[in-house]
Amino acid sequence: MLKIKNLHVKADGKHILKGVNLEVKFGEVHSIMGPNGSGKSTLAQVLAGRPGYEIVEGEVWYKGEDLLELAPEERAREGIFLAFQYPVEIPGVANTYFLRAALNAQRKHRGEREIEAGEFLKLVKEKAAMLKMDTSLLSRPVNEGFSGGEKKRNEIFHMAVLEPVLGILDETDSGLDIDAMKVVAEGVTSLRSPDRSFIVVTHYQRLLDYIVPDYVHVLSEGRIVKSGDKSLALELEKTGYAWANKG
Amino acid sequence: MSTEKEDLQRLAEEEYKHGFYTDVEADSLPPGLNEDVIAHISSVKNEPEWLLEWRLKAYRSWLKMKEPRWAFLRYPEIDYQDIIYYSAPKSQKDGPQSLDEIDPELLDTYNKLGIPLVEQAMLAGVVGVAVDAVFDSVSVATTFREKLAEDGIIFCSMSEAVQDHPDLVREYIGSVVPITDNFFSALNSAVFTDGSFCYIPKGVRCPMELSTYFRINAAKTGQFERTLVIADEGSYVSYLEGCTAPVRDENQLHAAVVELVAHKDATIKYSTVQNWYPGDENGVGGIFNFVTKRGKCLGDNSRISWTQVETGSAITWKYPGCILQGDNSIGEFYSVALTRRRQQADTGTKMIHIGKNTRSNIVSKGISAGRGHNAYRGLVKIGKGADNARNYTQCDSMLIGDKCGAHTFPYIEVNNPTANMEHEASTTKIGEDQMFFCQQRGISPEDAVSMIVNGFCKEVFKELPMEFAVEAQKLLGVSLEGSVG
Repeated sequence: MLKIKNLHVKADGKHILKGVNLEVKFGEVHSIMGPNGSGKSTLAQVLAGRPGYEIVEGEVWYKGEDLLELAPEERAREGIFLAFQYPVEIPGVANTYFLRAALNAQRKHRGEREIEAGEFLKLVKEKAAMLKMDTSLLSRPVNEGFSGGEKKRNEIFHMAVLEPVLGILDETDSGLDIDAMKVVAEGVTSLRSPDRSFIVVTHYQRLLDYIVPDYVHVLSEGRIVKSGDKSLALELEKTGYAWANKG
Repeated sequence: MSTEKEDLQRLAEEEYKHGFYTDVEADSLPPGLNEDVIAHISSVKNEPEWLLEWRLKAYRSWLKMKEPRWAFLRYPEIDYQDIIYYSAPKSQKDGPQSLDEIDPELLDTYNKLGIPLVEQAMLAGVVGVAVDAVFDSVSVATTFREKLAEDGIIFCSMSEAVQDHPDLVREYIGSVVPITDNFFSALNSAVFTDGSFCYIPKGVRCPMELSTYFRINAAKTGQFERTLVIADEGSYVSYLEGCTAPVRDENQLHAAVVELVAHKDATIKYSTVQNWYPGDENGVGGIFNFVTKRGKCLGDNSRISWTQVETGSAITWKYPGCILQGDNSIGEFYSVALTRRRQQADTGTKMIHIGKNTRSNIVSKGISAGRGHNAYRGLVKIGKGADNARNYTQCDSMLIGDKCGAHTFPYIEVNNPTANMEHEASTTKIGEDQMFFCQQRGISPEDAVSMIVNGFCKEVFKELPMEFAVEAQKLLGVSLEGSVG
């Protein structure tokens, strides 16, 4: 479903990704690990279409389409969801209002009717309960005054409501305590299906105890230097990234 | 570097396609202002002697005054002798015959704002509609007026009030904004041609929102509008001015005066939505709007609340204020001002605390896009005798793009040590982060801007009457969207 070929990316003139190759099939969970500054977040942002990055070389194919040609909102409507590392606050806009606008934009794109208020409320309550979210967070403005943990949980909540085809989690675990991380991981795990794939970007392997990946890739200095299964993450934990670099 | 930034820039600079223009068949005086012109206006309107004297007094003071230039506004010299101060009511023979002849872009905007067809025709100046025909506005207005009269409420044009209720007019006109108050109010006092008059008797709660919509069959108000609202003891009224529909006017200079008087225990809520032609990309052709609006909380426990949504005009100079004279009286000001293209707004409020335990609340939201400049200018003055006065001011600015400006000029004057003042201010920029976040969830850039801006203005919108608030939200969306369609 996703094919990244020899992707080179610059930001502010600095060469960050230097030839990334990656293939993700439907139903798979891939984890991208790596030290700080290796380009993990850049990869996540570029896939979601964040402006400010220069694609120097390479191709990205998503469901047979040239992903790099699509605007960020078009990618979202085609099912790409990015859970932000630093979720953004939107003062004065209620969380559910925002989410409903997003869901309807996506449904419209798929040629479906707008979701009715009652139906939407039911959906939202169900997903919030699954993620053990405080319901007051639903009516409050998007992320405004949310704690770090609440913001991250809210991202997974958005993902659960929007039900993407490809979910990209950008260091969702950072800033979460172990209980919150478990809830978030359970949420992600419950969304796993043969028609849905995930790319989980993380610095630590502990998240992968709960979201068990099919593949683990180590990104270092803008390149994937090692790939393997879940055991690779455990080895990394013991020996550190320096080992992977040599390998 | 980023297309996002360009998108914002483009959105902010979109063509204004909503204006329209009706040709005037004018039976008018030649341009220029002198005592004869004023005498002519007064005699055409069959005014009593005292009102002519009042006008002339205003004119003579105006001659000695200088146009204020202290505002953060740049505009060319206004030639006051090049303005036509009186033209007879127009017959619209040459106007469009049906909606088919109206600019489809304009109709599209109307539809986006949810304006019904009959009203669209009226706004677009389709021949016959404003007076009768399709829409039986005369009877609608009459019905409402009869209903109001049952409660003793007077709601009519200023011209009618001068004829039918001269004592009320004489007692209150100029009692809040004296003729010598400022250059523009003096000019207005000399040459005003019409406006609205409203009187709510003792103990009456006006059963409906009063809006100029209900008196559409009244004479067309010109560029010098005069409004007077009086709420007698224990009464309540909510008054709506303007509409969200884009309005174009052949007169570039507008100088209105609005006076509100609240007696003991009375409450006046005055809401305005202003969407006059802002001018083209280079600022050419937009309306210059110099307005003096002031309310006097005359009696104890009275309350005056101003809410405004300003999206139009090339130049806006406007400071709706409250004189808190009665003890325990409350003054409020809630404002959203949007400037885009080359629009400039210098707006804010004046809260003058005189009585004891008086309170004022100010919430101002300024949004600047394109090459727009938005200045908040507010005065809070606590008089010597105003024990335990309280003021809360919140003043937020939002910038869209990098060629616009936001400015804040707060003036605080405290002459009583028991006063309690709070002032909060913030400036934010619609960030690429916020935009990207919305887009990443599937929301288009246009909808994202509209959503972020409306969220920013929420505290003000909740002060508007429900339907007006919905319209105002749509208006901000459409204004920022620019490209209709």
